[in-house]
Amino acid sequence: MNLRGDPANPVQVRVRLPAQLRELAKLRGEVVVEVAGTVTQNAVLDALEQLHPTLKGTVRDRGTGCRRAFIRFFVGETDLSNTSPDDPLPVAVAAGNEPFVVVGAMAGG
Amino acid sequence: MSGVRLLVGTRKGAFVLTSDGRRGRWELEGPHFAGWEIYHMKGSPADPDRVYASQSNGWFGQVVQRSDDGAKTWSAVGNDFRYQGEAGTHPWYDGTPRPWEFTRIWHLEPSLDDPGTVYAGAQDAALFRSADGGESWHELVGLRGHRTGPTWAPGAGGLCLHTIVLTPGTPGRIVVAISAAGVFRSDDGGETWQPSNRGLHSEGVLPDPAAEVGHCVHKIAMHPSRPDVLFMQKHWDVMRSDDGGGTWYEVSGNLPSDFGFAIDVNAHEPETVYVVPIKSDSEHYPPEGKLRVYRSRTGGGEWEPLTRGLPQEHCYVDVLRDALTVDLLDPCGVYFGTTGGQVYASADSGDSWVALARDLPAVLSVEAQTLP
Repeated sequence: MNLRGDPANPVQVRVRLPAQLRELAKLRGEVVVEVAGTVTQNAVLDALEQLHPTLKGTVRDRGTGCRRAFIRFFVGETDLSNTSPDDPLPVAVAAGNEPFVVVGAMAGG
Repeated sequence: MSGVRLLVGTRKGAFVLTSDGRRGRWELEGPHFAGWEIYHMKGSPADPDRVYASQSNGWFGQVVQRSDDGAKTWSAVGNDFRYQGEAGTHPWYDGTPRPWEFTRIWHLEPSLDDPGTVYAGAQDAALFRSADGGESWHELVGLRGHRTGPTWAPGAGGLCLHTIVLTPGTPGRIVVAISAAGVFRSDDGGETWQPSNRGLHSEGVLPDPAAEVGHCVHKIAMHPSRPDVLFMQKHWDVMRSDDGGGTWYEVSGNLPSDFGFAIDVNAHEPETVYVVPIKSDSEHYPPEGKLRVYRSRTGGGEWEPLTRGLPQEHCYVDVLRDALTVDLLDPCGVYFGTTGGQVYASADSGDSWVALARDLPAVLSVEAQTLP
């Protein structure tokens, strides 16, 4: 697999969303998005928002484009929330073996 | 026969209650948007099928929903609320400057005559307008750009624009209230604004109790037949203006407490006003644990408690600023929701009350639509 991605041959990336966002976007289960080029957080989220515009602003801040404070990103057991949103995601995501998981941080007492 | 639709926003979703014009039997439907905070829902006066809802939470931010079939089904519309130009700063709680930052929409006010036009009051305080049914939003920047804007400090609930009063017959006049900046009025459709706080007195809250801005106004109500008469529930004090907010005078009269959040006016009697007194700014529940709506039939000053059907012991709930409303039927229906999850209704102008729901999440807002 070409980790840099191939704009001519987009890969299919699985995305797992929290229940509130699935309901907002009227989704059931995982959503699959097509990513052309390098598979990064931003590339996946750009593709997700293009497919489901109602999710704009709910994962990344509308103004800054940054991850919202109480959102976390996981691949497997690895928390990628504080890595660069333009770094390549693990190859398992581009290969379709692992979903890119968006999590609402635990809050409350 | 006409009917009533109640739009109830709560901490964990939206509920819709409907009744025919007798208002004796109600059906409850919901939750819509389960798990989300619904600060406010309101229907278009020009098209009762068009309803807007403000949906938000700390995780996923702000969403605006629109229904075109009377709150049965919903579609998410635009949520891009960007401050225009240089955002600037305002004082934070500790006095340090803090950049203006969008948090949520507290209040949605549909146009009186165009179902596609709606105003939105934001935290941090700003007024947005959509002319395409909520798909896109534009800040009316003259408000936040007022020379006093950089001095506006938040109340305990945040620096929120929570009240938007549109004026029948005078389309250019908009009155808004901001906690804790006070009242502002525009007479040119929101292009330019002037503070409208003369007569307000915030002793112990402001260094200058009669300051031009900085008052913690909680809610303003108006009867459409007399747009120059405004009633206000302030942090403390119930106030009245007879000149469209130009000057205010106190009408708290014999209320057991003049602290509170909600206020509204009877649909057929412009001098009949309702408030729900709350004990104090530190004890947000009714005085003596008795849930009482107070009604003035004299435009304030003289108030009578309305208690029939309401709990008169051990009641420690709050009624928030957007959680009291009236319908347009005769006799006027009056409705309110509590932080304890109750929704109470009166079909006789407040003389008697019944609970329409008792165990909802904390109620943030109640709006009534009178259906043809």
